[in-house]
Amino acid sequence: MSKFEFPPSIRSRPVWGTLEARAGKHHLMIADADGAEAILGIATPDLMAGAHVIYIPRGASHADALRALNPAQFYEGPSYPAAVTRIERVLQDAHMGLQVYLTGTEGLMGQAMHLAMQAGIPHTAIQTEHRGSVARRMQCVHCKGITEDVETDPFVCGHCGLNLFVRDHYSRRLAAYQGVCIDAEDPGNVPEPKGIYE
Amino acid sequence: MSGAEKIAVRVTDIVPLNELVTRFRFEPVDGGLLPTFSGGAHTVVEMRDGDITRLNPYSLMSDPFDRSAYTISVRRDDAGRGGSKFLHEKVQIGDEMTVSNPVNLFSLDLRAKKHLMIAGGIGITPFLAQIKQLDRAHGTWELHYACRSEALGSYVDYLTGTHPNDVHVYYDDRDQTIDLDTLLDGQPLGTHVYVCGPKGMIDWVRGKAHGMGWPREAIHYEEFLAPKPGKPFEVKLALSNKVVQVGENESLLEAIERAGIDAPYLCRGGACGQCETAVVQANGEIVHRDHWLEDDEKASDTKIMPCVSRFEGKTLVLDR
Amino acid sequence: MSIQFHKETFRGDYSFHNSERAIRRFPFPFDKDSYMYAVNMEQHRGGPADSVYEKRFDVDEHYIAEMEDRALVLADDPLRCQSLPHMTLAGWDLLELIMVSKSEDYPDLFELHRDGDKWRWINRPLGIDDSFTFMDETTLPYGPMEYITRQTQGDFCVLDQRDDNLWMDAGTVTTQADWSLDFDIGMNFFEWHAPVPLAHEKGIFVRALKFLLNIQQGAPARRLNWTMTVNPLLDTSPENYHKWGIQKTTLTPENIGTKQHLRVELQTFFRLPRSNALVFPIRCYLCSFDDLMTVPKWGRRLHRVIRDLPDELATYKGFIDNRPMMLDYLSRHDDGQPTSNGIWPDLETEPPLKKG
Repeated sequence: MSKFEFPPSIRSRPVWGTLEARAGKHHLMIADADGAEAILGIATPDLMAGAHVIYIPRGASHADALRALNPAQFYEGPSYPAAVTRIERVLQDAHMGLQVYLTGTEGLMGQAMHLAMQAGIPHTAIQTEHRGSVARRMQCVHCKGITEDVETDPFVCGHCGLNLFVRDHYSRRLAAYQGVCIDAEDPGNVPEPKGIYE
Repeated sequence: MSGAEKIAVRVTDIVPLNELVTRFRFEPVDGGLLPTFSGGAHTVVEMRDGDITRLNPYSLMSDPFDRSAYTISVRRDDAGRGGSKFLHEKVQIGDEMTVSNPVNLFSLDLRAKKHLMIAGGIGITPFLAQIKQLDRAHGTWELHYACRSEALGSYVDYLTGTHPNDVHVYYDDRDQTIDLDTLLDGQPLGTHVYVCGPKGMIDWVRGKAHGMGWPREAIHYEEFLAPKPGKPFEVKLALSNKVVQVGENESLLEAIERAGIDAPYLCRGGACGQCETAVVQANGEIVHRDHWLEDDEKASDTKIMPCVSRFEGKTLVLDR
Repeated sequence: MSIQFHKETFRGDYSFHNSERAIRRFPFPFDKDSYMYAVNMEQHRGGPADSVYEKRFDVDEHYIAEMEDRALVLADDPLRCQSLPHMTLAGWDLLELIMVSKSEDYPDLFELHRDGDKWRWINRPLGIDDSFTFMDETTLPYGPMEYITRQTQGDFCVLDQRDDNLWMDAGTVTTQADWSLDFDIGMNFFEWHAPVPLAHEKGIFVRALKFLLNIQQGAPARRLNWTMTVNPLLDTSPENYHKWGIQKTTLTPENIGTKQHLRVELQTFFRLPRSNALVFPIRCYLCSFDDLMTVPKWGRRLHRVIRDLPDELATYKGFIDNRPMMLDYLSRHDDGQPTSNGIWPDLETEPPLKKG
């Protein structure tokens, strides 16, 4: 089991849910790495007969198990960016009533959720379940660059090099948490990085 | 101050459309311009009938960009407490009346890629204003309009004449019904559905859309509950230290106002929550007729919406 | 009434200064000797003559200088002004609201001529004379919200009202107390307020939202908010925090009187008619400690408020480190005498500071 108990936090911090099968003709399921476990947990022949599964393994080994569920369509991709145009195409001709299931890392869920919202699905209708890594996508509020897979607090912005502390303030639009300069008032005084949830 | 700001208007046109529906046109008494509004907004019309004052909400059906006048269409309801009857029978061209600033509890979601409108009977009125607004902005919309009969189909000719491809009409007396399953099944992502009409139709569309997996935020509805008359009853107002007899043809809110109390309100139709009043004691049954309170709140007898709800029994005491 | 507009800066050499008149009308926010959050809303329907509450959109001596500062911020960072596509109609609503209000309230400074949808807007202080077609963006140099907010003091948040909530879907934010429009755009009322400590537990935001959702056309409301800023710096944005944060450490007992400023936001709320959106102007007023102390009541009160403020609030408002130095200064202006309720200076009735 790869579930993590997120500590309670501020109102803008996303609270991920638990997937459940919903009634409907079409189901779009997007997962990375251990997110596959959540899909395996709710799969039934009926549900999968109407499902389009998009899976990015990132080193995990669930692809075969997902394929064995016999979804109507199955895609295994090397990375999320490589899958984006496929997701957009599926959403483009989808009808109201499409059920969307996102599971895996926060970064994957946040980015895929943004695509679904742009297509016209309210975020509260999109199911999510977190599995696997708790690394975050962080936006540097100063240079606007996004640094992927951040696990420590503080961290160094991958674009402008500033030392940033990790906030729980989260933007659905950017699918990222906010990083703010940690040593603005005392340049050079940067605490030893710790794990975000330590 | 209760309700939205008031505007002094004069009735400048009265046009009966058919046996049940009459259109009224209001222009400002001072000759200026009326406030503009967003499609779906309503105005609360104040009707002074001798020593009885009634306030009823009516959807604005005129073009939001036409600030010279407001038009409303009123369906006569003989079983009601008399507001629509008063308008149909007693109001004349030239009469001066008071209407409120527009209030919108049924607004368009401007992010929608398509607006799917479903109207039943007099529920067509808010859509008339919304269609004008969307046309100006080149928005995408489609209207499905159910009427009892051709004779009672208000504005059908106008709508099908100006928008032959986007307006679909269904007559009850010809057994024509909206194929709701097919209609909802084929809509592209980003469609919002709006329904305005009788309670049964609203429940049907909401239930169907929900059952087909439409997200809650994409389903919009408005039902104006005209306060229905009912058996007279007595209410004690704890804070004001008054006892009021609520008559058969007045709402609880109107009775409270008649007693000189300036109680808060806004929509007058059980939808907005502004008139919510705490119940101190209810020795009998509160007849909830609103859309605002949750089921558990209704069951607990701790709150009431006086604009539309009533009471049957020995004692009702309100925190007003 | 003519306004003497200042030539002054809110950065670099910080030549900003308040005239006597500006100090007297400064919106001191504390009506008693302690502070806690409240849903302190009231109707925005005028106020005492020459007060900041009198007009719908207050224009003061800092107008031209503030607009120049805004132009610099936007040139440097266009992301401070954004409007999601569905909010253009609300932008036109806001343009009309401000043009109508200012031309009526300050006829010597602003004129609006309308012939159907052909409008002509004259802004004398900024030397603008523009003719355009209302609702046609191609006839304006910027989108309507950007166009009019480049000419109006204060930040503007334009909120879409949907699903029993308010959504920050457009705004011009260049004088904010440390929050990012670019990050927060698209969030709802509870989400963009998420970082505020203590208030959520007290249910403040639930009550505030209910009030705001019911604001109607023709019935605007207002309230005050406050924080502290070192130097009269308007652009205290998170975007530039790595540059201005260090200024907080330059405070000394010798310069605190001139450098430390009380920063008050006069927040107003107007329903916008065609879009049914809500606009939330946030007008920022600055006053240095030395200038505040010229009003004895404010001197006494500010000391007590800052002394007794919970640590979480002082931290959230960014002055926890400087608080001891602030209290050193402020305590010298508090002689322990009682203060009257209310925010007004009450210069006629409040006794001057007792020495010794």
